[in-house]
Amino acid sequence: MHVSMSVNGREVSGDVEPRTLLVHYLRENLGLTGTHVGCDTGYCGACTVHVDGISTKSCTMLAVQAEGAEITTIEGLASNGELHPVQEGFWERHGLQCGFCTPGMIMQSAYLLAEDNNPDEDTIRHGLDGNLCRCTGYHNIVKAVQYAGARMRSEEPDAPDWEEEGT
Amino acid sequence: MYPRPFEYVAPKTLDEALAALDQTEGAKVISGGMSLLGLMKLRLLSPGTLIDIGRIPELDQIEDRDDHIAIGALVTHGMTASHALTTEHATALAQAASWTGDVQVRNRGTTCGSLAHADTAADQPAGAIACGAVMVARSVGGDREIAAADFFVDALTSALEPNEILVELRIPKEGGRSAYDKLGRRGGHSDYAVAGAAAWVRSDNGTVADARIGLTGVGTAPSLAAGATEAIIGSDGSAEAIAAAAERAVEGVTVLEDLYGSEEYKTHLAKVYVARALEQALALARS
Ligand SMILES: Cc1cc2nc3c(=O)[nH]c(=O)nc-3n(C[C@@H](O)[C@H](O)[C@H](O)COP(=O)(O)OP(=O)(O)OC[C@H]3O[C@@H](n4cnc5c(N)ncnc54)[C@H](O)[C@@H]3O)c2cc1C
Ligand code: FES
Ligand code: FES
Repeated sequence: MHVSMSVNGREVSGDVEPRTLLVHYLRENLGLTGTHVGCDTGYCGACTVHVDGISTKSCTMLAVQAEGAEITTIEGLASNGELHPVQEGFWERHGLQCGFCTPGMIMQSAYLLAEDNNPDEDTIRHGLDGNLCRCTGYHNIVKAVQYAGARMRSEEPDAPDWEEEGT
Repeated sequence: MYPRPFEYVAPKTLDEALAALDQTEGAKVISGGMSLLGLMKLRLLSPGTLIDIGRIPELDQIEDRDDHIAIGALVTHGMTASHALTTEHATALAQAASWTGDVQVRNRGTTCGSLAHADTAADQPAGAIACGAVMVARSVGGDREIAAADFFVDALTSALEPNEILVELRIPKEGGRSAYDKLGRRGGHSDYAVAGAAAWVRSDNGTVADARIGLTGVGTAPSLAAGATEAIIGSDGSAEAIAAAAERAVEGVTVLEDLYGSEEYKTHLAKVYVARALEQALALARS
């Protein structure tokens, strides 16, 4: 079946079997391996991308369902060589360890902040309910999102908690 | 994981979709895909054809129609959770939708898809039963209305015929207030319900004039908790009346043990959540 869509601003098209999952189309046909497959069941969120601006688990969507859609993956988040505030936040606040969950965490965080750039901690944690991390314990992920929110509001991010605690 | 190969069609109109569903052997409707694709990837289900209703316009609306509100087939969990019409006229259903899966699942999964899927532990069926919802099932032969309390037949089995599409869900505007509460499998409100209950109540001069209680997670299908409903109607809605109704939570229900709890534990939770749903609905009705 023929599919065409826009991925990170680039028009792409090709022939796929209807059973091709969006994540496989992105990774295998387009070579965009930044989007990860973790659980392959819809639970872990590693495969999160934006479909027409809406965060979506690309392991639980067919490529043919994305016909005509605008897709953004982790590769398309930075613009003109500048990291997206969420990417910068994960860097500055050590929001990752092994990095496996990170593309999905960042895409979901960017979606949450696009909806509301000043979420409280509870809202951030609930908003990331569908993204599992086996390494960090989530603490620094929350800090990374708060950092990014501050940057998006043109405010100075809070000092990192390792400085606050003077350690 | 790939599903087995299948044919895929994406009709632009409901009539085309209904005709395709009627004429194609082994065809299944795909809406949000949140449950169907998982089953297909595990190869528990391998339909020969998927009919994607996702491109049919006008099904993604929640409408206000004099005596009821109508929730279209493509309305997502997220929209049901937050829309002004559902939060006002179907609070229990909106709460159940807000605790269905996670943000990404609520962005794509549909309320009608969740009902059609008829998981024994799904949240929104309990809300639909409590709110007195009517399902509108359409086929090439016309429309059929099915009361929510009769819709959930068995595990993963609804009253829909293979050639029918659930085109909308109607919630009557009967006044009264409703609420849903559950214990999620991952604790709090996260994930499918280990047990959950929704209650709708209408009070009249301090008496519970009418009520409906929906139960999920404990039996072979989401169902009306008939004993508890009977007990609360005509009562004063006091703590004692709630406790007496909760005692009858699983009357007529075959409680099933599963990975998440024994029969005894599930029976206990059913009582706890029937009481909580009633307390919350009655508090809303009083305020
Ligand atoms: C990670 C994750 C977490 C989840 N957590 C929860 C949870 O906490 N609580 C909960 O209740 N559910 C949960 N679910 C399931 C729920 O979100 C699904 O969205 C819902 O069950 C199906 O809706 P859908 O639109 O995605 O339907 P699909 O997956 O497309 O279809 C499901 C079934 O319904 C049929 N169908 C769909 N729409 C129609 C229609 N209009 N008419 C006739 N038949 C139709 C399909 O043929 C199929 O058999 C979860 C799912 C995932 C992936
Ligand atoms: S790989 Fe898609 S949710 Fe885990
Ligand atoms: S950083 Fe390793 S899984 Fe999240």
